Amino acid sequence: MRYLPLSPDDRSQMLGAIGVPSVDDLFKDVPQSARRDGLLDLPMHQGELEVERAMEAMSARNRPAGAGPSFLGGGAYRHHIPASVDHLIQRSEFLTSYTPYQPEISQGTLQFLFEFQTQVAMLTGMEIANASMYEGATACAEAVMMAGRLTRRHKAVLSGGLHPHYGAAVRTTSQFGAMDVVSKDPTLDGGEDLSADLDDQTACVVVQNPDVFGRLHDYSGLAAACHEAGALLVVAVTEVVSLGAVKSPGEMGADIVAAEGQSLGVGLSFGGPYVGLMAAHKKHVRQMPGRLCGEAADVDGRRSYVLTLSTREQHIRREKATSNICTNSGLCALAFGIHVALLGEVGMRRLAGLNHAAAVDLAGRLEKIPGVTVADGAFFNEFTVTLPGPAADVVQTLADRDILAGVPASRLFPDRDELANVLLVAATETNTSPEMDALVAGLTEVLS
Amino acid sequence: MKPDTSTGHKGLELEEPLLFELDGRDRSGVDLPEPDLSNNRLGGLERTAPIGLPGLSEPEVVRHFVRLSQKNYSIDGNLYPLGSCTMKHNPRINEKIARMPGFADAHPLQPESTVQGALEVLDTLGHWLKTITGMPAVAMSPAAGAHGELCGLMAIRSAHTANGDPRKRVLVPESAHGTNPATATLCGYKVDPVPGNDRGRIDLSAVKAKLGDDVAAIMLTNPNTLGLFEDEVLEVAEAIHSVGGYFYCDGANLNAIVGRVRPGDLGVDAMHINLHKTFSTPHGGGGPGSGPVAFSEALAPFAPLPQVVTKDGKLHLLETKTGEAAQSFGRLRSFHGQMGMFTRALAYMMSHGADGLRQIAEDAVLSANYVLSQLQDDMSVAYPAPCMHEVLFDDTFLEGTGVTTLDFAKAMIDEGYHPMTVYFPLVVHGAMLTEPTESESKASLDNLISTLKYLADKAKSGDATHFTEAPRLAPRRRVDETAAARNPVLRWAPPSSPAQAAE
Amino acid sequence: MSDKHYTEDHEWVSMDGDIATVGISNYAQDQLGDVVFVELPDTGASLEKGAEVAVVESVKAASEVYAPVAGDVVEVNDAIGDNPSLVNEDAEGEGWFLKIKVAGAPDLSELMDASAYADEVAD
Repeated sequence: MRYLPLSPDDRSQMLGAIGVPSVDDLFKDVPQSARRDGLLDLPMHQGELEVERAMEAMSARNRPAGAGPSFLGGGAYRHHIPASVDHLIQRSEFLTSYTPYQPEISQGTLQFLFEFQTQVAMLTGMEIANASMYEGATACAEAVMMAGRLTRRHKAVLSGGLHPHYGAAVRTTSQFGAMDVVSKDPTLDGGEDLSADLDDQTACVVVQNPDVFGRLHDYSGLAAACHEAGALLVVAVTEVVSLGAVKSPGEMGADIVAAEGQSLGVGLSFGGPYVGLMAAHKKHVRQMPGRLCGEAADVDGRRSYVLTLSTREQHIRREKATSNICTNSGLCALAFGIHVALLGEVGMRRLAGLNHAAAVDLAGRLEKIPGVTVADGAFFNEFTVTLPGPAADVVQTLADRDILAGVPASRLFPDRDELANVLLVAATETNTSPEMDALVAGLTEVLS
Repeated sequence: MKPDTSTGHKGLELEEPLLFELDGRDRSGVDLPEPDLSNNRLGGLERTAPIGLPGLSEPEVVRHFVRLSQKNYSIDGNLYPLGSCTMKHNPRINEKIARMPGFADAHPLQPESTVQGALEVLDTLGHWLKTITGMPAVAMSPAAGAHGELCGLMAIRSAHTANGDPRKRVLVPESAHGTNPATATLCGYKVDPVPGNDRGRIDLSAVKAKLGDDVAAIMLTNPNTLGLFEDEVLEVAEAIHSVGGYFYCDGANLNAIVGRVRPGDLGVDAMHINLHKTFSTPHGGGGPGSGPVAFSEALAPFAPLPQVVTKDGKLHLLETKTGEAAQSFGRLRSFHGQMGMFTRALAYMMSHGADGLRQIAEDAVLSANYVLSQLQDDMSVAYPAPCMHEVLFDDTFLEGTGVTTLDFAKAMIDEGYHPMTVYFPLVVHGAMLTEPTESESKASLDNLISTLKYLADKAKSGDATHFTEAPRLAPRRRVDETAAARNPVLRWAPPSSPAQAAE
Repeated sequence: MSDKHYTEDHEWVSMDGDIATVGISNYAQDQLGDVVFVELPDTGASLEKGAEVAVVESVKAASEVYAPVAGDVVEVNDAIGDNPSLVNEDAEGEGWFLKIKVAGAPDLSELMDASAYADEVAD
């Protein structure tokens, strides 16, 4: 077996050195009834060629989003990733290194985490950020628990515009921590007065920008109302490219930002692994979950980086930890950081602008199709259209013609009959004019 | 040591400033056209404040990150003797496969008809995991081991709740990973610690003494965190089941038993599987991980959403609490799981096959015992042989030398090794937990052994400064963690900016 | 220091009228190593005897501090919040944690006096 360096001769030499006749003697502590003598009922080992062939066959049974027109969003977005991102993250010293608990031989990882924390803080308009979370929805769930610890209150109000997977993760994760979660209904007109739900038990209000239907909001007023009531404002962001074009959550008065960073440097990959971003005020750092990298000096006085404030974490605090998390999304955070470094200020703003321009272009074309209504209001790179019939059927029909038209709202809100005809459509810098033509033509034909 | 050079560089090892300190404002490493925003629909919410990012060309960015990478230790470069982490070889075919367009470029919300291959990966990997664990169900979505623990405990709580009483306590051995008590607390349980016995196993009589109808579960790592197989595991399982509680197994150490022992045969009701340990998905400097959870028949109905089911010969994603998932405790995260890790892990499993997987466990256990046998006279082994895939030393052999476990670990760095896991498990004084894995040749093991012998001799010879001043030769020497924690600086900020003032 | 009483968890308490000043012992700070952070309660908090009242952290450890007497928190030592090294430098003086106003005469009989505590930690 190509990955196992020990030869039969090595093994017998080692057994001799240990002083046991067979490897079975090393498993003597396993109760007899639980020992398996034979092999598992699974195929035998295979060469690289055979494995590659088998996996290629599975890959071929998927339609890659980029193989044709695709306008899918709903919390995951297709963007161009510069080739150097993937090249750099595959360097052995990044790909195959462990968590940087030994700072003397992990400065590479630690420095990029410090840079990542800075980039995330800058983009979100917040003072500090952590070294990343699993992904956006779990970051959102952790943000709600963090708000509970900070305010010592037990109620979270979730906007109807919050991605339903994020809402579900919040409800699942906080259900045993005595957090009462009030989930507002999704509304297509965007009318929602969350300040009415604030009371002296409210730990936080959770909103999303752009919201799950793509709409942009100014949450400054809500932030003021939250603070007036002693509650925190948590802002979720599922399309992090928007931060290059839109007023940041920090500027709106957010207290905690929980975001999905997949759009920058991380591919679609059928939903994971992604990279959760979490940013907050510096005064709240001791209640923040997850790893944090800080600046330090070594004994020779040279600037260094080190994981810090670890007493918040499970390996020290055990049952009193701020969270049970003991990983970050290291390599995806690196991909994010490299992509942002490549873009820089100018590139980030242009990328965001191109996304918006593409969506404006597409919305203008779709508005002209009889029977299609494009939602009013401000958006970034995603918006909703209402069709004359169930959107899921239209999406399936177009998928059979190799056009991925968007995400039917029913996929995210299966219990909401009133949203059955609603389609979420996203456009990014990757969508070409001919692709938009193909969608318009396909939709026109299907609806006629 | 700080090099005596004008640049601060040391030969091939180059000092590198922060990205934000590099000279750049108006350049970009990505050529993008100026967008036409004449018809913008941003509703007056345009970003007006600068972000503050530096503008750098591609070669500058590439050089920056390559230089950073050169300050890292990696498994591709040398052995990682880190106990409880299972740092094994990461085959590159797995990287190639994860990047196949059908996997890497599939959107999670595409119509099912367009992602049958992706669902097949979920289903096939699930089948392998169920066969390996001998358990009938598996939840694929948890993002990491600790997330898997949360998933397992939530299913346990849901099962008890369905029975009318969620119960109050979870038994956790004192030697457990910190994630176990943290997870139990997150699920609303009170953690009741269970001591170990003098053989390094959980004290069965203490378990029995703590049992009652308010005990929801026991969380046991097996092989345990001391690198030993819990030889009374069947009795523990029987005891917890006798009061209607569940057996959660922390699967962090599956590498020792894969193919030889099925956790289902030990009475386990739920166990997470760290794909980034046993099945070699790269650690990536701390993540991403992936932690699918295998469930017994009793807990399977409570598994989280989504689930993959077969209907009319097609694979489907069950995303609502209906049908088989009517009792599901719900969704833990967005979408379906760490697909990029699933493709790598499946390729790894297919490469090894039933025969290779069993050989993994045998070679891992053989290698650890070989290290133990060669060092038992030089260092102090915490518990008698045999061990499983990890060998645990304590600091008895350093008594009176003025060298601590930490000093010993740091001296390994100068010898070209990453330290072993130190001061864990907490129940062993000055613990040094070493896990060579099956990826090492005999020559590589012998090199490690002779290095550790050399260091043990040197410590006993009275040369404490060799250790207390280590490392001398690494990119950095010991870091002042106290100062870093007293006045945390968590980001770069330009001098005099508001963010800096807030520091 | 003779007026101080000590708990088995290494807190000290010193009475001045109905005000109890509480901190951790010099022995405790030495065991803990460099203190990097102290989490203090809000003033006004009402405490039962034995309640968790503060947390003191080093780089690698966190220890809970328990109230040796019942009462209301009337003052916390903000100086150790800003400069936690004070706990290392002067644990039983400038490094005090909080002051508790006790209702009635507190029962200190279960606590150790300075010499008994010195014997305790000498073991």
